[in-house]
Amino acid sequence: MAGNIAAGPLSGIRPALPLLAPAYLWLTLAIFLPLSAMAFFSFMTDLPLSGKDWSFTIRNYAAFFSSGLYVTLLWSSLRLGLEVTLWCALIGFPAAYVLAKVLKGRSREAIFLLVILPFWSNGLVRIFSWAMVLREGGILDVVLNAILPFKISVDLMYSYPAVIIGLVHSYVPYMVLTCYLTLQAIDDSLIEAARSLGASRLQVLRRLIIPLAMPGLIAGAVLIFVPVVGSFMEPRILGGRTGTFYGTVIEDQFVAVFNWPLGAALSFILLAVVLVILAAASPVLRRAT
Amino acid sequence: MADVQVESVSRSFGAHKALDDVSIAFPDGGFYALLGPSGSGKTTLLRLIAGFDFPDSGRIIIGREGVERVPVEKRRIGMVFQNYALFPNMSVADNVAFGLSVRGESKASIAREVRQALDLVQLGKLGERRPHQLSGGQRQRVALARAIVTKPRVLLLDEPLSALDKALRVDMQVELKRIQREIGITTIFVTHDQEEALTMSDRIGILRDGRLVEEGPPEDIYNSPKSEFSATFLGDANILRGDATGDGIRLSDGTAIVASGGVANATGGKASCAVRPERIKIATATASPLAAEGNMLRGRVSKRIFAGNSSTYFVDRMGEVIKVHVQNSGATKIEEGNDVVLHWSPESTVLISAA
Ligand SMILES: Nc1ncnc2c1ncn2[C@@H]1O[C@H](COP(=O)(O)OP(=O)(O)O)[C@@H](O)[C@H]1O
Ligand SMILES: [Mg+2]
Repeated sequence: MAGNIAAGPLSGIRPALPLLAPAYLWLTLAIFLPLSAMAFFSFMTDLPLSGKDWSFTIRNYAAFFSSGLYVTLLWSSLRLGLEVTLWCALIGFPAAYVLAKVLKGRSREAIFLLVILPFWSNGLVRIFSWAMVLREGGILDVVLNAILPFKISVDLMYSYPAVIIGLVHSYVPYMVLTCYLTLQAIDDSLIEAARSLGASRLQVLRRLIIPLAMPGLIAGAVLIFVPVVGSFMEPRILGGRTGTFYGTVIEDQFVAVFNWPLGAALSFILLAVVLVILAAASPVLRRAT
Repeated sequence: MADVQVESVSRSFGAHKALDDVSIAFPDGGFYALLGPSGSGKTTLLRLIAGFDFPDSGRIIIGREGVERVPVEKRRIGMVFQNYALFPNMSVADNVAFGLSVRGESKASIAREVRQALDLVQLGKLGERRPHQLSGGQRQRVALARAIVTKPRVLLLDEPLSALDKALRVDMQVELKRIQREIGITTIFVTHDQEEALTMSDRIGILRDGRLVEEGPPEDIYNSPKSEFSATFLGDANILRGDATGDGIRLSDGTAIVASGGVANATGGKASCAVRPERIKIATATASPLAAEGNMLRGRVSKRIFAGNSSTYFVDRMGEVIKVHVQNSGATKIEEGNDVVLHWSPESTVLISAA
């Protein structure tokens, strides 16, 4: 036994290496290599593919700071991320609570499926469905006019709210899932104990359930905030002219302008900003969990 | 403090009657044990009294107030759960303070009352710890302090000691009893452990399949149980069955058993007698007969189990087994296979009218 301990922690890892190897190989191929290639591109003047001359430069990074446009767009993307995350929490947490603590058996399974369904549908189909609902003369317009006694015109298409709606719909399942997992782990007897001590339902929620579910709320928020800040599909299709965000500009560099080096540099700046935000928030988040 | 009356309470889950017309009066300041096998409805009854669940019919009265429709948070009860149910996101002191702070008491008075409650359960120094840093016995004490700090009218405990090991359980029994006396709170204690019920409570109610089979002070139930079920469930008992003779029974082979405990019964029907194993004296059949004590049976020792301070003999009599506990006083033991004579007094025999 003593010899084993003296051999140190490495002796525990070595037998596991053959098992870990495929995972690390996959990570190398799927993430590390493309990311390194992008990092490489971001310091180039031009793509080497077309046989043009190229050299190393930091001009792509300088471009971000030279024009106020990118900074403004990044701000609005961060705001978009924050708003979508908030809406997802406001909708996802109560939904997860009902799933975890109110519904039982069959009905829970059925509702769970409904909540998760957007996950399984194709993103483009999902967004174009929203386009059909939100546009003037679309489904929402027709239904509302059929119900309401007065005539209104609902045209949410190509607006900021449309982008929010589309993104919230796409990302709310993350919040439901992460909150569901933490809520389900809360023993019912804790809630009963709090009630037996005289706590109203609101007090139970505020002082017991939300603190205990905080890890799920935070995990969901991170999972949503990060991709939403860089999102481009929903802003482009549902936002139209108002849908110009940081993510759509990056997309333009890759698919329209073919300025890959600038697109790569903008992506890395976004990555850095998001990491800085998460690092700055982590002491607060850690205290909350 | 207040007494609790449960009057003709029934509660069904689907077609299953978990409680069937149960009436119990829990005296003010008393320690009442609800005893019964698993699934007999103990937890269901406790949850109805607490207000987590509501009866289909019947009344529940705390003090003078009918509370059948009052939800738990308005009933002013204290509850201790089997798994303690301490809030993992709060320190020990905050756990205890929870009930006071949701009531909006001032910080100063909360701090004072929490300190008193923690001192009462002898955890004065552990207020800053988190629940996961405590041992099982300490968690139990925190749960108790949290339940009593709000000065509830009734203290309800659902098998609170069953998760502790034997030695700790005995300590906690003593401790719980001391605290209960000190604050004089009406206490309802659910257990399936008959020893726990006997040692701790002033009154015991025995539940079976959702019905109250018998209730009374522990000694009364132990010495003169009214049914075979309570005789065997509360302690150990030998049950002898035969025809009623008025003051006892006649066994199938004609032997008369005389009883002076229990109810007198009419002749003609079937009846049974209960005899505690420790009340029976055992002697080898060849030994000089002891002074006759009224009831006597013959048999053969089929098995003997040594348990330190006592031994248990299993005596076979015409296919039936009679258990006898003998204190280990140093007398020579009787070997398995020996013929023996059993005798005991009519006072040790409880007549039970046939179930
Ligand atoms: N919420 C419930 N739904 C359905 N059946 C229940 C429920 N609670 C208790 N029961 C049933 O009622 C009976 C009594 O249960 P319980 O009061 O928990 O017994 P005990 O605490 O004495 O072991 C059991 O048969 C149990 O299955
Ligand atoms: Mg139970």
